[in-house]
Amino acid sequence: MSNPIDLDPFARFRSVTRARIGLGRAGDSLPIRAVLDFQLAHARARDAVHGHVDFAAMAARLGETLPVTRLRSRAADRSIYLARPDLGRRVDPAGLATVQKGDWDVAFVIADGLSAAAVEAHAEIVLSACLRRLGDLKIAPVVLGEQARVAFGDEVGEALGARMVVVLIGERPGLSVPDSLGAYLTFGPKVGRRDSERNCISNIHADGLPHETAADKIAWLIREALRLGLTGVELKEDMSGAAALPLTP
Amino acid sequence: MGDGRLSGMPSYAILLGRQRHVFDDLKALMAAASPEKSGDRLAGIGADTNERRIAARYLLADVPLRTFLEEPLIPYEADEVTRLILDSHDAQAFSPVAHMTVGQFRDWLLSYECTTAELSKLAPGLTPEMVAAVSKIMRNHDLIVAAAKTSVVTGFRTTIGLKGRLSSRLQPNHPTDDPEGVAGSTLDGLTYGVGDAVIGINPAGDNLEACMQLMELFDRLRQRFDIPMQSCVLTHVTTSIKAVEAGAPLDLVFQSIAGTEAANRGFGVDLQVLREGREAALSLKRGTVGDNVMYLETGQGSALSADAHHGVDEQTIEARAYAVARHLKPLIVNTVVGFIGPEYLYDAKQIIRAGLEDHFCGKLLGVPMGVDVCYTNHAEADQDDMDNLMFLLASAGVNFLIAVPGADDVMLNYQSLSYHDIVSLRHSFGRPPAPEFEAWLYRMGLLDGEGRLAPQASSVARNLIDYRPDIRASA
Repeated sequence: MSNPIDLDPFARFRSVTRARIGLGRAGDSLPIRAVLDFQLAHARARDAVHGHVDFAAMAARLGETLPVTRLRSRAADRSIYLARPDLGRRVDPAGLATVQKGDWDVAFVIADGLSAAAVEAHAEIVLSACLRRLGDLKIAPVVLGEQARVAFGDEVGEALGARMVVVLIGERPGLSVPDSLGAYLTFGPKVGRRDSERNCISNIHADGLPHETAADKIAWLIREALRLGLTGVELKEDMSGAAALPLTP
Repeated sequence: MGDGRLSGMPSYAILLGRQRHVFDDLKALMAAASPEKSGDRLAGIGADTNERRIAARYLLADVPLRTFLEEPLIPYEADEVTRLILDSHDAQAFSPVAHMTVGQFRDWLLSYECTTAELSKLAPGLTPEMVAAVSKIMRNHDLIVAAAKTSVVTGFRTTIGLKGRLSSRLQPNHPTDDPEGVAGSTLDGLTYGVGDAVIGINPAGDNLEACMQLMELFDRLRQRFDIPMQSCVLTHVTTSIKAVEAGAPLDLVFQSIAGTEAANRGFGVDLQVLREGREAALSLKRGTVGDNVMYLETGQGSALSADAHHGVDEQTIEARAYAVARHLKPLIVNTVVGFIGPEYLYDAKQIIRAGLEDHFCGKLLGVPMGVDVCYTNHAEADQDDMDNLMFLLASAGVNFLIAVPGADDVMLNYQSLSYHDIVSLRHSFGRPPAPEFEAWLYRMGLLDGEGRLAPQASSVARNLIDYRPDIRASA
């Protein structure tokens, strides 16, 4: 028999937490509604991880106003990508050979990471908002990276000869947010950079950091990084939310 | 079966049919004998064929247990964890099994002669490498049956690990540590009788002030309802030491640990600072039924992710972390088995296997082992797999399991067990919580005579749920 909660004893907590509290019980077990709500959230998270970013369409849209290059990592498919993060951090050599070195302040990379949904929903908007704030800088052709992790940007930035790289990437989905975008900034990109040498703006999504605010923070960090000649632990920004993601995608 | 070990050479070889399998050394043999793990593949040390894995197991079964004392997998000079393991080895305790091979040890563990009392005496005589080796030739069944014979009992304000009991950690994580939000998850869990192992929160940041406010929050709750419980803010050991110095009401010191000196350095700790953390907590003398003051977490793959594995397989490195744990006389230790990610444990099969291995190895070494039955959204696993693992671990006599509201950790973005799951396991196995905590639940009217929960809408539950943490009273 279920024990329905007719007067929600947890009403006062609902506005301060998304935790699944006060769910009620069927015997010792979760009531069916709570079971299905959980399964729906997990299904969306799984779909985000295994989803496919339509990079061809994205390249066509961005290509109307910007030079765009499409590259892929050395991970041939999603299951290899998940099991072998080392391959997702490196650029497929054939594509890399086509990249021209230039004199760029900043290179932007849009990478699928662990959430196709996040990239589809937010990456182009955040990119445009950043570019509007950086009109005086030399911006490299935008790179779209398939089956790519954060460090993929290191090899791309190095090949482009960019002073720094910004990777916009889908973060590992949680049950409450399957489409959160992260931005990772690295000065002096080259293969082997450590995570402590990066700055991160995370939790960019509809209920998190708004696009324009994210672009403000990213643009601020870019200018500071170029001025100081570094990113990482010595470049302080309020990284609220970053601590909640111990594993970079 | 083959020609066994080549005389006079450090390598191991066996002929199976027409195929000769050679392994360069003991650590290569251990890695190849391990059940498939994506992390060992990533490190390039796992068996590359199924036959080769079994070849390694035949050879490993014939390795004398003594060999692990004579041939350290990670050099004594290079690693303080190896030094700890060998310097603290109890030869007297080891003597009943000193003559055995790994294979004979496995058969003995499953024999009628091997009892709880025997295993308790043996624990200081075993090294992590010995228990890792024997686990590699044991099926899941064997890991469950042998672990169920062990008993590791510890205490602070509750007694954890008694036969026939099942304890739990209540994990009220919140993305911003909002006191009301944390209170909501905590009070919800208490109405399920969850939290007798610890009420333990992962703080959103490592900031001392914020951590101390959480310690105050839990301590006031404990005193308000006179709950026999301990709380823990899972911050870095050095932050906990500062909190003790600042007069915070700290019960347990937490730290993530690993099985090599280099991996521990990646966590910003060494044995010395861990001992200092323990001393700091002991100095407060806050325990009532025992003085186990440490809470430690581990997980297969953490050393590899720090590039600090010395070519040793991830399960053996994990077992070495339990030697570090054992040294610190912890109240509770758990593997965060499915949390580290699919590059180390790819799917539910690997996560379930690792959970049973970790629990078995920890218990055999005398560590009060629990498990965070969990997975991330990029692993090939779901809640059905967690159902399987929690029932298997309950059968194996696990000391405690972790639970979060509705199995969804809204701060760390992964899934564990729900409060409901803990209650369900207690009922299914007839295993109530720690005796002090169980008595409190009866006193509060939260459990009836048959161990059933009071409804959350009942006045006894409302009494708890309507508690308001006084945020202004914090330090």
